[in-house]
Amino acid sequence: MRREPPRSLADYTPLVFPALMLTVFFVIPFSTMIMVSFFRRDPAGFFKPDFVVDNYARFLSLFFGNVLGFSLMLAIIVALCCVAIAFPFTYLLTKQSRKVQTVWLVCLLSVLSLSEVIIGFAWSTLFSRTAGITNLFVWLGLMTEPQALLPGFGAVLTGMVYQALPYTILVLYPALVRLDPTLLEAARTLGASPIRAFLNVVVPALRNTIVATLIMVFVFALGSYLLPQILGRPQHWTLSVLITDQAIYQSNIPFAAAMAVFLVLMSLALVGLTLLVGRRENAG
Amino acid sequence: MSKFLDRNLTRRAVLGTGLAAAGVLAMPAVLRAQDKSLKVGVYGGYFKDSFDKNIFPEFTKASGIAVESVAEPTGEAWLVQLEQAAKAGQAPADVSMMSQTSTLKGQSTELWTPIDPAKIKNYDSLLPHFINKYQDGRVAGIGAVAWYITLVSNTDVFKEAPTSWAALWEPANADKLGLLALASNSFLLEVTAKTFMGGTNALDTDEGLEKAFTKLAEVKPNVRLWYRDEAQFEQALKSGEIPMGQYYHDVTGLAAADGHPVRSTFPKEGGIQDSGNWVLSRASKKVDEAHVFIDYMSQPAIQGLMSRKVGTAPTLKKDVLDLTPEEFAAVASEIEPIIPRYDLYTTKADWINQKWTELIVS
Repeated sequence: MRREPPRSLADYTPLVFPALMLTVFFVIPFSTMIMVSFFRRDPAGFFKPDFVVDNYARFLSLFFGNVLGFSLMLAIIVALCCVAIAFPFTYLLTKQSRKVQTVWLVCLLSVLSLSEVIIGFAWSTLFSRTAGITNLFVWLGLMTEPQALLPGFGAVLTGMVYQALPYTILVLYPALVRLDPTLLEAARTLGASPIRAFLNVVVPALRNTIVATLIMVFVFALGSYLLPQILGRPQHWTLSVLITDQAIYQSNIPFAAAMAVFLVLMSLALVGLTLLVGRRENAG
Repeated sequence: MSKFLDRNLTRRAVLGTGLAAAGVLAMPAVLRAQDKSLKVGVYGGYFKDSFDKNIFPEFTKASGIAVESVAEPTGEAWLVQLEQAAKAGQAPADVSMMSQTSTLKGQSTELWTPIDPAKIKNYDSLLPHFINKYQDGRVAGIGAVAWYITLVSNTDVFKEAPTSWAALWEPANADKLGLLALASNSFLLEVTAKTFMGGTNALDTDEGLEKAFTKLAEVKPNVRLWYRDEAQFEQALKSGEIPMGQYYHDVTGLAAADGHPVRSTFPKEGGIQDSGNWVLSRASKKVDEAHVFIDYMSQPAIQGLMSRKVGTAPTLKKDVLDLTPEEFAAVASEIEPIIPRYDLYTTKADWINQKWTELIVS
């Protein structure tokens, strides 16, 4: 199909709807948030319209720096784990019969219907000492007595990977299904083992998809605030948890807004950096 | 201070299941065919449901004043709405149930019409801390509902009931506690001050607060869970996963009555008593009706009814109440309570919050 450059104003009309959506659901709320982040906090009330940088100044401390660093690191690890698990899984899934694929996809979609709360409480039961999976290990003779596997970083990571995995698979699936099978056949004909063909042909061929998926899972994981609370200790609380504390419990909307703006900017910067590095590699 | 309202919803939801199971349909919120009426703001959820069902119809029968109950949103949103409406001469509700901190914040803008003690027959029987006063002595609010947060434990794990809040600090209880996650809903600074520093007055100065924070930091290794959501802790307490902590006296009592191995203990330093006030918006023109309402709600019989039906601690002195010792013990105790220093959460809110977060997160 040949693309023609738009000639008249009318040719731009298909853009109106997305632009409108972007304005209503992103530009306006985000601008409001930026505006509020400069308002003056009134401890005895709510906030007053003003232009102060106190809210940002308060954020610039070692304490919040550490929390922000932890949140970003957690989101990156979740993204890496998800893609590392989902990519080979999805690849193998596409090799199955149509029927098997459908069953798997329906099961994955049904996991999406679980809310974060249910996932959190389910994992906290599974990881508990009194009713958790370690009781099963004891029964099997693998352990001597049941243990609590939470709260801890491992529990938080497991919960978050579990939550993001179906999305990861659903994003990777279309690209892997459409992958040209002749690429692999050629590699096999030239003597590559299946694993070598997968690593040296399939993975590089889908590098852009993988990067896009990593970014999606990263952004998705960055917003998580319930699972770190349910499955982690306070040192595993993400910045989103502290934002919620400020907004809902302390009524300090300006400070919450400033933290949220910071979080958005940091994640945009990381996403931009990833794309930049990817582009340079593609060019080189 | 919004956690006060917020928490209420969840904990009340827990409580509510018990009453909902009784299968009684709630009365409609608006009772018509009365000449006089009053709009009353009540915390949404459990409180509104049980007031609509058990308390307001009785009031209308007795006074001829129809009550239209308004579900208050969580957090300080309701205070802000009342404030902004009052500036425009409007009152979304005449009388509102208001957290202690929000009552104090409303005082700073003279949002509350002073209540005339002469019109409240049982004014002298009210426990003193249920009378919220302006600086100059005018009455800003009268206690509406109260409840206790006590020391709770799992009876399978702790055969002997703990007797003091100091149990939270004992090295033997490492990694065994569940505590509320915020300074202004756990009131642990007050507990620390009462247990180790001679009383909550020790928190008057910054040095006193620093000392309390230092002492409180020692409790950290014992804490397994800092919870915001009650369901999280209640489940762990019942199963013995987290066998000790702070929780609501009435809900723990209900769980024990259902056969769960849990108990609620009033430590010798006292349980933490949190509460809400009835306040009257300055924009309301129903000053007389509001006084009739607050007077009615402060009667011994109605306080007794609320303790039995809603599970709240009475706002009146024990000797005027008609509660049996068992009924009284189900909702309160004669041990002098720890009253939270609500003033700190208006004047030093951000400082305390920051210190607290750094204390538990790092």
